Amino acid sequence: MNSNLRTPQSLQKSVPFPATGAQRRHVRKDTLPFSCPGSWLLHAVLLIFFFCILLSDADALNVNRTVLPNGLTVLHSENHSLPIVMLTLIVKGGQVHEPDAKAGLANLTAELLTEGTKNRTSRDISEEIDFIGASLDASAGNDFTTISLSVLKKDIQKGAELFSDILLNPTFPQVEIDRKKELISGSLKQREEEPSFLAGRAFRQEVFGEHPYGRLPEGSPESLRDITQEDLARFHKEYFRPNNSILSVAGDLTNAELQELIQRYLDGWKKADVSERKTGRLKREMIRKTIKIDKDLTQANIILGNLGISRHDPDYYAVLVMNYILGGGGFSSRLMSSVRDKMGLAYDVHSYFSANNEEGAFQVGLQTKNESANTAISEVLQQIERIRKEEVSNEEISEAKSYLTGSFPRRLDTSRKIADFLASVEFFHLGLDYATKYPEYINAVTKEDVRRVAKKYLTPEYYILVVVADQKKAELKY
Amino acid sequence: MKYIKVIVLILLLSFPAVPDAAEVKEYALDNGLKVLIIEEHKAPVATFQVWYRAGSRDEPAGKSGLSHLLEHMMFKGTAKYGPSVLSRIVQKNGGTNNAYTTKNYTVYFELFSSDRIMLSVDLEADRMHNLTLDPKEVLSERDVVMEERRLRYEDDPQRSLFEDVAAAAFKVHPYQRPVIGWMSDLKSIGRDDLCNYYKAYYAPNNAVIVAAGDISSEALMKEISAHFDNIPEGPQIQRTANSEPEQKGEKRIVLKKEAELPYILMAYHVPSFPHEDSYALDVLNLLLAGGKSTRLYQSLVYDKKIALNASADYSGFNNDPYLFFLYATAAPGKDIADVESALIAEIKSLQTEMPSDREIRKAKNQIEASFVMGQDSVYLQAMKYGMFEMLGDWRLIDTYLEGIRKVTPEDVVKAARRYFNEENKTTGILIPVKKEKREE
Repeated sequence: MNSNLRTPQSLQKSVPFPATGAQRRHVRKDTLPFSCPGSWLLHAVLLIFFFCILLSDADALNVNRTVLPNGLTVLHSENHSLPIVMLTLIVKGGQVHEPDAKAGLANLTAELLTEGTKNRTSRDISEEIDFIGASLDASAGNDFTTISLSVLKKDIQKGAELFSDILLNPTFPQVEIDRKKELISGSLKQREEEPSFLAGRAFRQEVFGEHPYGRLPEGSPESLRDITQEDLARFHKEYFRPNNSILSVAGDLTNAELQELIQRYLDGWKKADVSERKTGRLKREMIRKTIKIDKDLTQANIILGNLGISRHDPDYYAVLVMNYILGGGGFSSRLMSSVRDKMGLAYDVHSYFSANNEEGAFQVGLQTKNESANTAISEVLQQIERIRKEEVSNEEISEAKSYLTGSFPRRLDTSRKIADFLASVEFFHLGLDYATKYPEYINAVTKEDVRRVAKKYLTPEYYILVVVADQKKAELKY
Repeated sequence: MKYIKVIVLILLLSFPAVPDAAEVKEYALDNGLKVLIIEEHKAPVATFQVWYRAGSRDEPAGKSGLSHLLEHMMFKGTAKYGPSVLSRIVQKNGGTNNAYTTKNYTVYFELFSSDRIMLSVDLEADRMHNLTLDPKEVLSERDVVMEERRLRYEDDPQRSLFEDVAAAAFKVHPYQRPVIGWMSDLKSIGRDDLCNYYKAYYAPNNAVIVAAGDISSEALMKEISAHFDNIPEGPQIQRTANSEPEQKGEKRIVLKKEAELPYILMAYHVPSFPHEDSYALDVLNLLLAGGKSTRLYQSLVYDKKIALNASADYSGFNNDPYLFFLYATAAPGKDIADVESALIAEIKSLQTEMPSDREIRKAKNQIEASFVMGQDSVYLQAMKYGMFEMLGDWRLIDTYLEGIRKVTPEDVVKAARRYFNEENKTTGILIPVKKEKREE
């Protein structure tokens, strides 16, 4: 129950039907994509997940890609087994496109799309969406903004109408801006009671520094104060353009039906020049730093890591394999088997690389009682050292590859996942043949590659370490 | 083949928009194991789930958390497969596996490409009766569960309040204790406790297999029969009936803990599905909290701006009567007393004014849509059948939908009047205290 309050874990609205509304689960470990700390990380984690897959049968998705005269790229995968339609729209305007002084602008823009248009008030929008049992959400991440619609086929006209209305005609009413700013500032305050939020926020600041990735997508109460209605309207006008967007559609819709919808609802969407924003390359700084945050907690929340790689990096696949073995492979990873299984120190321990358009972060995360913090950190450092120095075993690398390549069908087993996946593939220019290429990329990784990328991208001597804990009990020696 | 197929039923959901009726095949083995198979060929994936009718309500006094610790131990190896081997086998085959424990039952599941699903049969049959429960592993895993408890409850002020409210609301019934267990109880759980519980509850006659996806029921059933037939039946389980005495007056809990904002959680005793009032309570829950257009958000968050979020939670999917929750986090600078009054005002309005037909229709549309959307994933689909089966029979899905369809505005008012009263309520308030320092 409480978890629904804070973590936007699902794109589906939570209706208390058993399957979606199951409460207070004591899951041994959360299903992977959703097991990570704050919501700001979710985006990155989801991305990396979309690419942990293999399109074993490209044709199965039956993807149709077109670019409309107004520049909108449309991806369409038809599947008539269920009367549902899933839309995902990526707009290439995110945190990296905000002026530094207006941190939170992209997020606020996204949040306000559903709070008033030329045709509807905030209340009209939520009432109409709720009435058809659909969901319509907009959110901004590091690199782009996503609008998602999940709707029953029988209500597709209504759904598309609302979708296009919030996309094309938002009015950003001042009263809604004020209300939203208060809500966001309030929820930022509330989230400070989550140790994982505090740890993640501090880590992000240190790793990315002045780069926009270093900020929370929500900005801060101070930066929000300075955002005006004009800023929102300008951001929307500049970035929400068809030639700057990707529309992905999956489910019970024929090509003719899709064409008709686009014509009817997106006809007025006009292309315009979009200026590129250069943020400059992130620097891999060689400094070691420990940040301690003291709170009255029973458990230390620990993040250790450094700047990682971009999604476009040729080492990406070697990094995936290496990280699976180190701490990405759920119950099979080295960190899990040492820190959790052998030592009984933590319920959750994991590592991952977030995949951004520019460099993401590498991080290990775990939680352990205050008193064991030193032991756990030292074990993590030893495991990092080991994978940098020693070659991984044949068994480990082959298991990692078979998981990464063999888990594909599950990654695309719902229309929602397919819509999101296709949009991301397009955003990162992976090509429609990514399907067939992925296993080749993974299988080409050698044990030498694993050691090479471990050496290159894991820098234990220059770690950023964040520990939120009862510092007196933790007595950190780091 | 020894198993008998009890029945094949085409489940016809009679909501107009639910087109794709799933075919559920039901089987039973001589040892009492029940099997439900749903063939669904839209994607090349499948899920295999074993549901045990054993949850925290079945734990002996002083041993709260036993069911959940046993769930963890189920991944710690059998004579055939050592510790952690199970997850390894699943993962290197591209699958994923997990489990969860509730008050009423415990579920183990795998998700695979459909061509690997037979692996589940062997793995699950093996751990149904060959669990090792190595004493050293028990101690180490108990530590892991204590960390889980710290992570999920001790250091989460809102969840801590939830634990306190549930504990206060029930005087007698085991629903009063958290599934994860109290810390002091966890410390007292030993290998023998786990062994006895495992022997009593983890048996074919206390389990149901639910499998769904791109599978052949015939082939799967053959494999299930081959692996599970020889597992002996367990003892018949005698469950005592719900014995919670009627509450006679409001209970109030205050929790002072390091936190940022005050938070309120109200809980009313309510019946569970398929009690005749459970349908109206379901609809009522959506009237209060089924999206941003509904009463609690519109009133407390949007209009009055006194809460950051406000919601309700009711699940009738419990074997005994449980609780209907309303909760809200105060907005910065707002008084939690005002938040409480606003919640109570919403309750009052439900008891005195008839909801509109459109409001009722909206709630029903949401339930309908979530049924269809839930079929997007075979995992959720299988979960749905399993949950109804735990209440007695998966065919109750029909009863459920029928009941929902019949709910009228009058029913909602009646339910609000019957259950939302002072005598029946436990209120919890979180009062934040603060200590934080940062150094570099």
